[in-house]
Amino acid sequence: MPTLKKSAPSLGFVATQALAAVALAAVALGAAMLPIVPAVAAEPVRIGEINSYTGLPAFTVPYRQGWQLAVEEINAAGGVLGGRPLEVISRDDGAKPGDAVRIASELVAAEKVALLAGTFFSHIGLAVGDFAQHNKILFVAAEPLSDSLTWSKGNRYTFRLRPSNYMQCAMLVEEAAKLPARRWATVAPNYEYGQSATGWFKTLLKERKPGTSFVGEQWPTQGKLEAGTTVQALAALEPDALFNATFAADLAKMVREGTQRGLFEGRTVVSLLTGEPEYLDPLKDEAPVGWIVTGYPWDQITTPEHRVFLEAYRRRFGEPPRLGSVVGYTTFKAIAAALEKAESTATERLVEAFEGLEVMSPFGAIRFRAIDHQSTMGAYVGRIAVKDGRGTMVDWRYADGADYLPADDIVRTLRPAP
Amino acid sequence: MSMAHLVVQLLSGLAAGSVLFLIASGLSIIFGVTRIVNFAHGSFTMLGAYLTIDLIGRLPDGGFGFWAAVGLAALVAGGLGVLLERLVLRRLYRSPELFPLLATFGVVLIVQDAALALWGPEDLLGPRAPGLTGTVLVLGLRFPVYDLFLIALGPVVLGLLRLVFHGTGWGTRVRAATEDPEMAAALGIDQHRLFTGVLFLGSALAGLGGALQVPREAITLQMDMATVIEAFVVVVIGGMGSLGGAFVAALLIGVLQAFGILAFPRIALVLVFLVMAVVLMLRPNGLFGRAEPAAGSHQALSQGSFAPPGPLARLVGGIALGLLALVPLAANDYSLIVLTEIFILALFAASLHFLLAVGGMVSFGHAAFFGLGAYGAALAVTGLDAAMLPALALAPLAAGLGAALVGALCVRLGGVYLAMLTLAFAQILWSIVFQWSSVTGGDNGLLGIWPEPWASGRAAYYWLTLVLCAGAMLGLRRLVAAPFGYALRASRDSALRAAAVGLPVDRLRWLAFALAGALAGLAGGLQAFAKGSVFPALLAVPTSVDGLVMVLLGGLEALSGPLVGAAVFHGLETEAMRGTGHWRLLLGAVILAMVLVCPSGLSGVVGRVAARLTGSARRP
Repeated sequence: MPTLKKSAPSLGFVATQALAAVALAAVALGAAMLPIVPAVAAEPVRIGEINSYTGLPAFTVPYRQGWQLAVEEINAAGGVLGGRPLEVISRDDGAKPGDAVRIASELVAAEKVALLAGTFFSHIGLAVGDFAQHNKILFVAAEPLSDSLTWSKGNRYTFRLRPSNYMQCAMLVEEAAKLPARRWATVAPNYEYGQSATGWFKTLLKERKPGTSFVGEQWPTQGKLEAGTTVQALAALEPDALFNATFAADLAKMVREGTQRGLFEGRTVVSLLTGEPEYLDPLKDEAPVGWIVTGYPWDQITTPEHRVFLEAYRRRFGEPPRLGSVVGYTTFKAIAAALEKAESTATERLVEAFEGLEVMSPFGAIRFRAIDHQSTMGAYVGRIAVKDGRGTMVDWRYADGADYLPADDIVRTLRPAP
Repeated sequence: MSMAHLVVQLLSGLAAGSVLFLIASGLSIIFGVTRIVNFAHGSFTMLGAYLTIDLIGRLPDGGFGFWAAVGLAALVAGGLGVLLERLVLRRLYRSPELFPLLATFGVVLIVQDAALALWGPEDLLGPRAPGLTGTVLVLGLRFPVYDLFLIALGPVVLGLLRLVFHGTGWGTRVRAATEDPEMAAALGIDQHRLFTGVLFLGSALAGLGGALQVPREAITLQMDMATVIEAFVVVVIGGMGSLGGAFVAALLIGVLQAFGILAFPRIALVLVFLVMAVVLMLRPNGLFGRAEPAAGSHQALSQGSFAPPGPLARLVGGIALGLLALVPLAANDYSLIVLTEIFILALFAASLHFLLAVGGMVSFGHAAFFGLGAYGAALAVTGLDAAMLPALALAPLAAGLGAALVGALCVRLGGVYLAMLTLAFAQILWSIVFQWSSVTGGDNGLLGIWPEPWASGRAAYYWLTLVLCAGAMLGLRRLVAAPFGYALRASRDSALRAAAVGLPVDRLRWLAFALAGALAGLAGGLQAFAKGSVFPALLAVPTSVDGLVMVLLGGLEALSGPLVGAAVFHGLETEAMRGTGHWRLLLGAVILAMVLVCPSGLSGVVGRVAARLTGSARRP
């Protein structure tokens, strides 16, 4: 057995340890020296905002422009609570739930925000929602689609704006049931969003139209869909119709490959999210004509509330809004409305204000339901067409979210007891 | 399913494999010659694709414009490869093995931000290839002509590369420098110039691979990492340095993927890693790789002796620990949160450092055990209603058990093959956690894992973390100075001699692997309670990469390296994320600068300077 030789005290060793200590101290000091905002007459209401700006810029950058516009409008009109401006502390979560939770703590502990808002990915929304419940702070989830956010993992402090997976599937099933198709195949990204969307679509369509059969499914990895083989595997099933939940780059290559190989000929495709400008615009003149989709035909909506929003948005940013823009805009309009209704920034008052809160969105009046904290914001359902070399929606209608939620007694069984 | 469908499925798989080969061939050349784990390879693929779309818009419409854009994009990517070699990698050839990985990781971050700034956030769908837009009928089914072109291109590129390496003087010199760098240098071959050429060729192939994706894929900012990992898998399955092997491996993966999804539609998630695990277990050097020289004769990661600290070092360490214990009395909640995270990451990094520097085993999948620990603790809470401390005790147990199983299959492999096999197992574990929704919650994770009331205050949890992490790291330090540590170092430095004196080399390596896994698991358990939730991302590649970055940044030569690395990397990342939307650019630039200024890690350079000052040149 080797014996240990006593070595002389090595300065190198000491120095590295000292360096470690210095590095740690620097971090501690940096965090401790955060700017302290002095209380003045019109003390701003601080709102913490978290989203995946670097992880998913295609959706979150228009979203950020949307809330910037809302905040500017609110502050130009005199702010909230008798003249206090909104101040948004916005942070990138790097698309990591652990980072989002740290940032949430930072925003609450160091920045003293009154509430939290934002997030795109479902798992990050769930992580921040759980943090909100644990720390008793309000969290307004803007974009995550997962049903569990308001149902199985729902809690007192979490509200959600966008129509959930269930709601959007219910809207599409209504159209799908009108088709003569009997044999369906499905393709969806292999994670919770795709799984729950496919699950709901199958369940709801079978309920509505007994005799429907699902002959096969494809589960490509999100972001890594291998288009040629996936399209060929779907074609081999010889279905009458297809349900699709892929989006973004996966959707683009599947559309291109499927069109070339004739997968969509003589088949109707019912497709989640495809009509959203974020995903439709990159397809340009290759947008898949005739698909039944949920989306946002921004260039054709003529309601006064949308017109005002559209003009303001184009004036401010010099480009048309995406769906993310509407989500960001409406989230912050709702927050301002809740602050006014609560007449306070206290969390419990804000939670009560949000329950049943009615607010005007570019899509019309919406309400945050007290029963499950889901807003009744809807989506546009229509068919894809190509006009002037780019994809657009035709034969569309606005599906009000309130009409596509289960009955109240069912919703009560879906949420944990408070 | 009809015969026609099966044939077309086969062709589709071959086309996919061909594209994979183009990208992997470049990586194989760079890796085979320079032994650099070049993370930036995927970034060059992404740049090649973006540049092609950009150039098509600037060149005249039609066939000439398209193909000129493809060629130019490949040349520009090659030029960037030359820049990378001249400005960065050249300075690192004498650093410890793996160290250039850190520099290329910095480049990845910078390119991500630059691409976003240059081409915007939206996915880009380029035009189809002029002249190749149609389809042909194969047994009555339509098949794209472009895919046929790709199937043909694979063997053509392989043939050209063989010609270059076996039919030209330059290629012969490159092979000579690969086989025996010292002998080649003695014969007057300028290795630096050869490497510049290799980087050009490899990066141009990456760019070409990206450019040829344009007609069939939407180009996104996530392309880089998705590409580089798969390319690496192909290179390793084929056997390092074997172009023919990479070709076979790429086609194998393409075809298996094509038929795999017919039978098991969800298998796409994990198939490449399953293939790699099976291949490496059956053939430890890949399909066509030759046996690596026995461990010990090639450039070692570290030959650190890690002598136990002297009295002065103990004093400084003790004072530092005491000061850290006092921090909650002065600091605010947020700095406690960040420091708690740093302790957790430092323990994670220390366990990886132990494996790398003391055990001589590189792992690209160490996050698996961090995640197993986190899930072990979380499942104990949600499934068994366990209290926090028993749940925390379960974390290292679960991770240690997992590491013992994985280690039993891995430790007999060497070098990069070992690293890639750990990556394969980590990805397989990740996909199990990701898929097994009824137990693990799938990608929505497990929620509500908060500390018990007595530890739920920021300061209380800080102290708990400090005690457990410092305790574990001091224990590790003792172990390194104990007979086990000496025996392990002997197996690291010369496996043959260690075996000859009767040391059970494989068992020592296996024990070290299990121990490192258990400690990473403890860190994972602490992470679960710090965040209140666990997600599959804890086991995923980026977490493993973060661990490696922290270890390399801190330096391999001192046991305090991981602590320095974790503090600098995590502190920098959180502060940069708070301060700027361009945090990746900032982080990448700082990492690059640190690598160039201290090419053996932060603690290494401090140690050397101090040693020079005192005149005690203890290290070689």
